[in-house]
Amino acid sequence: MKRLVGLVAGVALFGASALANDTMPAAPYAYRQLSDPAKEARAVALMETIRCLVCQSQSIADSDAPIAGDMRSQIRQRIDAGEDPEAIRGWLVQRYGDYVTYAPRVTPVTWPLFAAPLALLVLAALLLRRRFKGGEKAS
Amino acid sequence: MLAELGLAALWLAAALAALQLGAGMLAITPKGAELAGIVRPLAVVQGVLVALAFAALVSRFAVTDLSVKLVAENSHSAKPMIYKIAGTWGNHEGSMLLWVTIMGLAGGFVALVERRLPERTMLATLGGQAFVSLGFYAFLLLASNPFERLNPVPAEGNGLNPLLQDPGLAFHPPTLYVGYVGLSVAFSFAIGALITREVGPAFARAMRPWVLGAWIFLTLGITAGSYWAYYVLGWGGWWFWDPVENASLMPWLAATALLHSCSVLASRNALRAWTVMLGVVAFSMSMVGTFLVRSGILTSVHAFAVDPKRGSFILALLAINIGAALVLFGLRASTVSEGERFAVTSREGALVFNNVMLSSILGIVLLGTLYPLVTEAMGVKVSVGPPYFTPMSAVFAVPMLVVMAVGPLLRWRRDRLARVRAGLLLPLAASVLAAVLAGLHGGVALMPFIGLTLAPGVVVASLLPLRGRRLRHVPLATWGMVVAHLGIGVALMGMACDSAFSVQRLVAARVGESTMVGPWAVKLAGVAPVAGQNWTALEGDLVASRDGSGPVRLAPQSRTFWAPVQTTSVSALHTVWDGQLYTVLGDEVADDAGDMPTPASDLAHSRWQLRLWWKPFVPLIWAGGALVALGGALALLGRLATDLRRYVARGKIVDRKQRQALARGERA
Repeated sequence: MKRLVGLVAGVALFGASALANDTMPAAPYAYRQLSDPAKEARAVALMETIRCLVCQSQSIADSDAPIAGDMRSQIRQRIDAGEDPEAIRGWLVQRYGDYVTYAPRVTPVTWPLFAAPLALLVLAALLLRRRFKGGEKAS
Repeated sequence: MLAELGLAALWLAAALAALQLGAGMLAITPKGAELAGIVRPLAVVQGVLVALAFAALVSRFAVTDLSVKLVAENSHSAKPMIYKIAGTWGNHEGSMLLWVTIMGLAGGFVALVERRLPERTMLATLGGQAFVSLGFYAFLLLASNPFERLNPVPAEGNGLNPLLQDPGLAFHPPTLYVGYVGLSVAFSFAIGALITREVGPAFARAMRPWVLGAWIFLTLGITAGSYWAYYVLGWGGWWFWDPVENASLMPWLAATALLHSCSVLASRNALRAWTVMLGVVAFSMSMVGTFLVRSGILTSVHAFAVDPKRGSFILALLAINIGAALVLFGLRASTVSEGERFAVTSREGALVFNNVMLSSILGIVLLGTLYPLVTEAMGVKVSVGPPYFTPMSAVFAVPMLVVMAVGPLLRWRRDRLARVRAGLLLPLAASVLAAVLAGLHGGVALMPFIGLTLAPGVVVASLLPLRGRRLRHVPLATWGMVVAHLGIGVALMGMACDSAFSVQRLVAARVGESTMVGPWAVKLAGVAPVAGQNWTALEGDLVASRDGSGPVRLAPQSRTFWAPVQTTSVSALHTVWDGQLYTVLGDEVADDAGDMPTPASDLAHSRWQLRLWWKPFVPLIWAGGALVALGGALALLGRLATDLRRYVARGKIVDRKQRQALARGERA
């Protein structure tokens, strides 16, 4: 139910912003690349890690949705203006929440995501050690 | 009428599954031994019945019988026949029915042909299979009846999601399901072996073809799904670490580990408990996948219906099946010893290492997929995507690939690295050369660089087991291993090349204008409307030429379906030996002056959005996947041929003994 409310609110919000956008020039860089290949590469690298908010598990670099186009355009413009990709990511997170970035940050909620690989490494090492220690003794 | 017959057949099949479970479990006790005779026939009849139910549903879709609710909601009379039939499993109920159908047929097949194990183990196995099926029958009959009628009958159906109206739908879900369900057979074998305490080489040899078969289909299903996403989504991506993709990757990882530990158990009688555990884990991952995909907990093109009741049902099934299996494992694990010992530097040692690495990758993927659901329950929405999965799994995948290159050269039980060192110089040289070339090329990010370096080494090393052997005498199973490992290297090469060297061009082109993308010049020669059976489209006419060579025509479309109304872009691809040209036609663009798009009669004078990619060596990804599956098929053939020869030889021995006995009798 909470998800549903969120969804409805989200749709309403995007609807409103879409209406507002109708009177403004469309996102100029949604389907246009930056002329500087280095900047374009940086922009694309960032876009590939930003989630399209209305699609089904796609990044904004893989999406036809209008909002994804707006976000691509924003990112290209900001990169062109010389902003740091991580700063842009921070700005997007501030605006849309952690949900928007595919690169989770280490927070009090997400730390297990980063502790787990370490735990797995330790566990793997222990498993292998136990296995092979016994093996050496037996043979 | 056929719908009711289908439903009746489904209920009967469910009842037989219950009987099969009861009879199978009783038959292994001394008291119920006389029930043993009915278990195999029950499994066969159950398989036939559920296949009939499925056929009934397919027939309803084929004729678009709108009085069946499922057909009305998901089909449309104006669809091409192939999508009407494939549409049977393009929805929740139908796909679950496909699942139990494959499961019933697999169970029947096992009952018919599997004679290599002690009969008691087989009875327990078939009982276990019935236990799992029963849960899914309950789910279908109680929570997602595919044969429900609709009254009044609507005039027309809702149609099928256009993204699914693709030949991929006819191929991708059935293959994956065969893989998922094949693992249920391995799971049942593991249960049967645990119950009767028969975990040994014979069990591993009996289980291996099933695991191999399931694994081949999973590999094909994932590869096909990836290629489907690649060309249908229109942005050139082929793997998104989407939860649904992960749901198919996880059983594959577990099955890969299981396959290899099965080999160790079959040839060396080691890793007993570990193999049984993996058998349980592999099918658990299939079920987790089904839960993730079918519960609607994920919003995705795969989650056909969002219904919390179904989600809880599958979750309960998951808990019962996996819980019961784990409890059984806990009770019996102490009686299953680990078996033979071995040294670190040995074939087994390498296989164990890779098993642990595969399991760790599985752990990462599982956590990354499920954790967002956990945080959402805590009120925080986070996304976990490629920036997490790729490096985290690489931590384990890179050492795994290195060991995969060395392992097949080692001997069983105990070996010295010094013995194989000379052979490893070749792959090492290939890797170093690749690293130098990539370094000279410049601008390659860390992940693709690692891939570009590793892949040639893996490719060369995968061929080394053939060195110094007469190729005609190499066993088929060894060929299988070589081809599958080669496929991994080839796929890795494709992935690394795609991330490192792809070129993207987005342009708003006027008719007659040319654009350069990589080595290709692509000219927009025209745009014209075309129509299909249930869509209309604007089709671009692109003429591509490379270094002045002969032109190639590509026809990407922007396609509008009318039932349901949705626009999708249909990409056009041109494949050459060293890569793929990928073209997409987008929307019409307003002119620089800010004019509104020109009327349709004036298609030729407006500007069109084009998305173009040159993707060097990208087809290697799927070619590699196909090689992996081919390797699996070769190994399967090899194993089955060996089993068959042994079976025939045993028959001959029995025959000869009988004749000798007969001759002796005559003499006397």
